[in-house]
Amino acid sequence: MSAAVEDQDNSKMRSVSVDLNNDSSLLIDIPDALCERDKVKFTVHTKTTINVFQKPEFSVPRQHEDFIWLHDTLVETEEYAGLIIPPVPPKPDFESPREKMHKLGEGESSMTKDEYMKMKQELEAEYLAVFKKTVQVHEVFLQRLSSHPVLSKDRNFHIFLEYDQDLSVRRKNAKEMFGGFFKNMVKSADEVIISGIKEVDDFFDQEKNFLTDYYNKIRDATAKAERMTRAHKNVADDYIHISSNLNDLSAEEAATLKMYLLKVVELFEKLRKVEARVASDEDLKLTELLRYYMRDIQAGKDLLYRRARALADFENSNKALDKARLKSKDVAIAEEQQQLCCQKFEKISESAKKELTSFKARRVVAFRKNLIEMAELEIKHAKSNVSLLQSCIDLFKNN
Amino acid sequence: MAAEREPPPLGDAEQTDFRELEDGEDLFISTASTLEVGFLSLYVDNVNRSEATEEVSLDSPEREPILSDEPSPAITPVTPTALVTPRIDPVMFERCKEELEEEANGDSFDIDISVSDPEKTSLSIFNKKEFSVKRRFSDFLGLHSKLASKYMHIGYIVPPAPEKSIVGMTKVKVGKEDPSSAEFVEKRRSALERYLERTVKHPTLLQDPDVQQFLESSELPRAVSTQALSGAGILRMVNKAADAVNKMTIKMNESDAWFEEKQQQFENLDQQLRKLHTSVETLVCHRKELSVNTAAFAKSAAMLGNSEDHTALSRALSQLAEVEEKIDQLHQEQAYADFYLFSELLSDYVRLITAVKGVFDQRMKTWQKWQDAQAMLQKKLEAEAKLQYANKPDKLQQAKDEIREWEGKVQQGETDFKQISKTIRKEVGRFEKERVKDFKAVIIKYLESLVQTQQQVGLFFFLSFVKDSVE
Repeated sequence: MSAAVEDQDNSKMRSVSVDLNNDSSLLIDIPDALCERDKVKFTVHTKTTINVFQKPEFSVPRQHEDFIWLHDTLVETEEYAGLIIPPVPPKPDFESPREKMHKLGEGESSMTKDEYMKMKQELEAEYLAVFKKTVQVHEVFLQRLSSHPVLSKDRNFHIFLEYDQDLSVRRKNAKEMFGGFFKNMVKSADEVIISGIKEVDDFFDQEKNFLTDYYNKIRDATAKAERMTRAHKNVADDYIHISSNLNDLSAEEAATLKMYLLKVVELFEKLRKVEARVASDEDLKLTELLRYYMRDIQAGKDLLYRRARALADFENSNKALDKARLKSKDVAIAEEQQQLCCQKFEKISESAKKELTSFKARRVVAFRKNLIEMAELEIKHAKSNVSLLQSCIDLFKNN
Repeated sequence: MAAEREPPPLGDAEQTDFRELEDGEDLFISTASTLEVGFLSLYVDNVNRSEATEEVSLDSPEREPILSDEPSPAITPVTPTALVTPRIDPVMFERCKEELEEEANGDSFDIDISVSDPEKTSLSIFNKKEFSVKRRFSDFLGLHSKLASKYMHIGYIVPPAPEKSIVGMTKVKVGKEDPSSAEFVEKRRSALERYLERTVKHPTLLQDPDVQQFLESSELPRAVSTQALSGAGILRMVNKAADAVNKMTIKMNESDAWFEEKQQQFENLDQQLRKLHTSVETLVCHRKELSVNTAAFAKSAAMLGNSEDHTALSRALSQLAEVEEKIDQLHQEQAYADFYLFSELLSDYVRLITAVKGVFDQRMKTWQKWQDAQAMLQKKLEAEAKLQYANKPDKLQQAKDEIREWEGKVQQGETDFKQISKTIRKEVGRFEKERVKDFKAVIIKYLESLVQTQQQVGLFFFLSFVKDSVE
């Protein structure tokens, strides 16, 4: 199943991260994507004026795994230790609409043809929404990279954009992937050890506490928002069944009541479309916003972790230097090591401070934009609901 | 391909649209000014219809009670849904306005009725214009059982009483203070009110002395035979089973197409209503779920707001939490409307149609009785003929008497059958008229509840987030 992503919808979708992709020297977007069974193939399109690229404009097909590879190579690059690496886009998840479609198929015999068609349409729309969301989140990932002064210059990033062969040869093989998993476990153990180190800098101390606490809260808020949105969608779907049942009922009725019922059927049809929009707008502006920043905050936490490890290394090198001086053995090497660690630590600290500050500003702006937009949409939908209902009521009362 | 892009906030590019946000600044100054003005005028129209004023108080307006605002069972008077329209008003009756309040004290479950008759030139049925009595739930069941035994077999559609619920009642009796038992009480109160309203709307039933006694007299003899596990209760169950069996064996020659048509109609109606009822019940369930989830999200958003160190954003998140909390209340209220207006209407009618079907069955039984009488008469005639031939004069007289007796019964059977058919025709006509009126009225009420909810939703968001920057 292929779907071209419409641009007018795109501008609505591109809500989560406040817009990037303004620097015309490197413009990236995903204009097209194909869905084959479980795999999504994205078409990454680049327009650039930078000379390092071979052509000014080009497109390549990429899979989700390629994005993961790119993210992980950036994370593992020492030089970027002091930067917030944009969070990796999550795997496309078509599980929910697929399961619902399956259930619908099973229950087909218990509903009328009309009802079934409507439910199927709704599910197809849901499927499409998931699809668009995943395209958007992959696109935003690339755009974050392209608008970052340092990361946009990364060699692997350029390969990702330009290399017109299959990237899988460069991707992690199974062994490496396993290694990655193991590395995560070691990292958690490390984090525990490192959190014991005394923080000298107030700024980072505050940031650590803030980010840890905030992460937990935002993760909870994301989960609750998702449940709320899903319940909203259920209510909208119920209107379909009610509308269909009323229609069947009206067929049996005499003229006066029949007219009433048919009007109500029509009304419910319109209402449920509005309710479905309410649910999906809530999903995009609220749930997706929270979800994205949850991952972004995790990236921030990762940055703090890397800095903390550098600090630990620095302190260890200090201790080693003292020991060397005491023993008067290998002092020069120890001094050199200590210098390196110090430099690394200071570089990371300086860069981290900048990144974290701009991250906060970015977050505030994005929340503001999305919350206002969500409120305005809620008002708009409430208005349409009111006018639909009121005109129906007036019609009934005047009859 | 280029859609509207806003400048990146990463610090380098020029900041045209976004202002530098300092901590103390108000975060939300919307650029969309026309939006809110338009909404305001719409809102004024609907709420303050009678007033020509332009001013709108920006506090949450008093929400007009459509039904009881609080779910709690404490003394909340509910204005009834059905007041008979004055247009068709035969002088004899109607115009009975009822309010049903209830209290649950201790282990007994008392119900207050106040019946007020607003007609100045009132009918002499009731002694007073406004009065109040206490009744137990079993009294209602007793009333229904009396009316059913008096009227159903001659073709009147007697409104069914609400069902007993052993589980629900035990919970209340045990004195559990949880919201589900409060809900149960309210549900029962509302169902009893609707039951009484339907009963008194029926012109014949209103005239019945049992009904009047029920409404008026301060003391009512305990209706013991309504207990589920009593002797009478078991007898009732046996009778029901016997009836069901009989129905299957009676093969009636329907000479009147109207009845056949109507029976089919009611059968279809029954099915459709049941399906619709199930869908509405699902809606109620989902809306309650939505309310619960919204409340959970509101709490979570509040916590997030507390953690947020940017002052303006923190305040905004708290505002979001407040709005969502109010919205969760709205969802809950809407769920009540979904249930009490829509779902209960449907379940009432499902049971009413069962009563209608019962009346049709009574007609069949009457026909059967008539047929049986005819068959018996035939036998007696044959017996008489035999006796004539056998020449036994003393037995002959007895046979002739019996024949006369059975001729009478046949006549009676035919009369009864004709009568019940006539009554049913009238009843069904009245029932359908009432049903159409009922449905129309409830539909309007239900839509109005939806309007209220939506207006509130819009208002809450407007007040919190979209501040009027054009004064």
